[in-house]
Amino acid sequence: MSFLSYLINGISLGSIYAIIALGYTMVYGIAKMLNFAHGDIIMVGGFAAFTVVSTMGMNPVLGILAAVAVCTVLGVTIERVAYKPLRGASPLAVLITAIGISYLLQNVALLIFGSNSKQFESVVKIPALKLADGQLSISGVTMVTIASCIVIMAVLTTFINKTRMGQAMLAVSEDKGAATLMGIDVNRTIAVTFAIGSALAAIAGVLLCSAYPSLTPYTGSMPGIKAFVAAVFGGIGSIPGAMIGGIILGIIENLSKAYISSELSDAIVFSVLIVVLLVRPTGILGKTIHEKV
Amino acid sequence: MKMKNVKNKITIQNLITYAIVIAFWVFIQIWSMAGHMTNLLNGLLVPICTYVILAISLNLTVGILGELSLGHAGFMCVGAFSGAFFTKAMADAIPSVGVRFAIAILIGAAVAALCGFLIGIPVLRLKGDYLAIVTLAFGEIIKNLINVLYVGKDSQGFHFSMKDAASLNLEGDGEVIIKGAQGITGTPKASTFTIGIILVLIALFIILNLIHSRTGRAIMAIRDNRIAAESVGINITKYKLLAFTVSASIAGVAGVLYAHNLSSLAATPKNFGYNMSIMILVFVVLGGIGNIRGSIISAVILTALPELLRGLNNYRMLIYAIVLIAMMLFNSAPKAIEMRERMLEAIKGKKRKEAA
Amino acid sequence: MAMLEVKNLSISFGGLKAVDDFHITIEKGQLYGLIGPNGAGKTTVFNLLTGVYKPDSGSIELDGRNITGKKTIDINQAGVARTFQNIRLFKDLSVLDNVKVGLHNHHPYSTLEGILRMPRYFQVEKAMNEQALELLKVFDLDQEADFKASNLPYGKQRKLEIARALATEPKLLLLDEPAAGMNPNETKELMDTIGFVQEHFDMTILLIEHDMKLVSGICEKLTVLNFGQVLTEGNTSDVLNNPQVIKAYLGE
Repeated sequence: MSFLSYLINGISLGSIYAIIALGYTMVYGIAKMLNFAHGDIIMVGGFAAFTVVSTMGMNPVLGILAAVAVCTVLGVTIERVAYKPLRGASPLAVLITAIGISYLLQNVALLIFGSNSKQFESVVKIPALKLADGQLSISGVTMVTIASCIVIMAVLTTFINKTRMGQAMLAVSEDKGAATLMGIDVNRTIAVTFAIGSALAAIAGVLLCSAYPSLTPYTGSMPGIKAFVAAVFGGIGSIPGAMIGGIILGIIENLSKAYISSELSDAIVFSVLIVVLLVRPTGILGKTIHEKV
Repeated sequence: MKMKNVKNKITIQNLITYAIVIAFWVFIQIWSMAGHMTNLLNGLLVPICTYVILAISLNLTVGILGELSLGHAGFMCVGAFSGAFFTKAMADAIPSVGVRFAIAILIGAAVAALCGFLIGIPVLRLKGDYLAIVTLAFGEIIKNLINVLYVGKDSQGFHFSMKDAASLNLEGDGEVIIKGAQGITGTPKASTFTIGIILVLIALFIILNLIHSRTGRAIMAIRDNRIAAESVGINITKYKLLAFTVSASIAGVAGVLYAHNLSSLAATPKNFGYNMSIMILVFVVLGGIGNIRGSIISAVILTALPELLRGLNNYRMLIYAIVLIAMMLFNSAPKAIEMRERMLEAIKGKKRKEAA
Repeated sequence: MAMLEVKNLSISFGGLKAVDDFHITIEKGQLYGLIGPNGAGKTTVFNLLTGVYKPDSGSIELDGRNITGKKTIDINQAGVARTFQNIRLFKDLSVLDNVKVGLHNHHPYSTLEGILRMPRYFQVEKAMNEQALELLKVFDLDQEADFKASNLPYGKQRKLEIARALATEPKLLLLDEPAAGMNPNETKELMDTIGFVQEHFDMTILLIEHDMKLVSGICEKLTVLNFGQVLTEGNTSDVLNNPQVIKAYLGE
């Protein structure tokens, strides 16, 4: 029974990773950049919801909406100000700029909210589900997290396959130059991608803080890296890959915390990533690219 | 005739790099004799040497070999712990701290080199961002493993455990040297600024001479065009691994220097986590990828900058972040480059007009 | 004995036979042309000969030695050097260093000797510089020895690629469309250079080319490839007058 409980919590944690990883993977697919600041957007989302719900005492739903709105605007602004001017520059320059943005967000949060950890009030008020005579208890947050992940996945897949914007995203990620020639507004497509990615990060942030209620300016850092690992694990650029990668990662992390060692759980997660990449150098669902001679 | 010029140019460039390092040392000596040395500045000197060594060693991987590594702090960590472990464990056998420290440096270099070699074998098969994430993963694994490692010593010899100090089963006279998350305490503070500078010079000597040799050419050829390098008979695996190992080994030396500057050494996310690896990468990129002298200068400035801004308290890291973003945009944005070139042209044009 | 003897060479990519039962025999010192319409599989043949791809079947013998399925670096050390259709120079290295990378395996000293600047470093580097400069002189590139390779004009980049290939002291030189993108004057000059290389280094050369003037001007024998198969082979003038070849090129 305890195994089942660990497994469900793992899926829930993995769902959060998956939602973050979706943003990572979409941005990578389209802008071909590792957006190291993505994790910090999660933190901003957490603080936005925290301010609205705990400080201003408003409805949790408003908190979620505020988080999504703030992060979407922030994501698009960052892209416009810092990344767009670097289009065509070396990937390393973009990477370092993203790291700069990450420092910036962390330190702005530090100035506003201080370094002490904030007690985040869960936005989910659903009572826990008791199964098997109360031996297995699934918390409301866990259920909502898993459900959100499924909904997001379904909506995103439909969006990409059925809408013009979604098709434009696919085209831009395949070949920017050709997409331009086909009349696609590449800049706008990239901006929309950042908007979606950041909105997802905001949702992930609220869910993460509801499940693990302490919030600091560095809260987003490690989940960000883990989600990045999840995205690579599943094959970076692939949306179902990010999903699968995130969930597998969450399960591995939770089970190894429970059965092996909580200090070594990160090491185990990273080892699994390494093994997977050695067997499949572009991740589980990644495309293999052959260099033409 | 022409040939000689080229060779001399390289030699002169290298000499300037050495001279800058020595001049820095001389300047600090004079500054300190004149009585201007503050505690803050004094405390910065060994870290500066540590970061300079880390930056030039990472530049070998990123700039010369052309592979993005995000796990450099892991090699520093291995060097730090193996070096400090040796200094502590051999306290009775070798009474002289200086001798122990010197051997510790070699041991740190060797252990980090071994790790670099073993990690390099799988990692270097990957490409680009995949390689980057795997190096990051290895760096985190190293940090994690050291955090659960317990090593003790008694009359029976060494004992290892991954659980806790009690399971080492030490005898009464035994001593726990590495205490898991607490790390190593009581390492003698043997690192000095002068030793740091000497190590910087040695690291420079190795890296610059390596670059300007047959081996360095092979490594850069692989970076520029792997397929062409293979077609002229360059052993890709061998030279990639060699560059990666040397880079790791020198980072290990920086780790030993770092460890002997602190009385207690623990592997935290701050000092050996991916954030540290990224910070070193920032030095390398801002100094110019492949530009060893640039790495030195940017490591010094970027280490000193946040400390010198200490008066600004909480704002210092914010300023650091903004400076970093602004510099990247100014240096690398295609529009900024174009604008700079136009301005340069305009100034030149003006001068020409004035001359005419 | 032939310098290059290829029999029954085949490779397919996902069901498509890119090269099908290819064969060629090149005598020592010969200048041989491999022609055919776009997509006929010419570059794939080069990639098979140099170990970039492993053949599904068939055999490749260089100067009597079986090199089938060997690794690229081993094939280079056995004596095959090549240039690329899309130029592949070490773009951030100097022109001289590009050639010196080619000399890598013929002038060894250890990494340690290099780092510690032992006497052998200076001796070997000096010998390397001399030999590299000599090679550059042949291609009229010695004045640009310290230029960055990417700063050379296009035509000179093609020449540098040939110089670098020759530095590995090959027995067989493979040139993949050496005249691509050149104007008639540059092509004319290139023909002279290739002829000179053949004579001066007593080199066996196999080249892929679309420029028929160049092919008919310098190649002694030709093989025509069409849809991965050998359409015909023989003396240059016979092949070029073969109606089947004209049809393959011009269509019906």
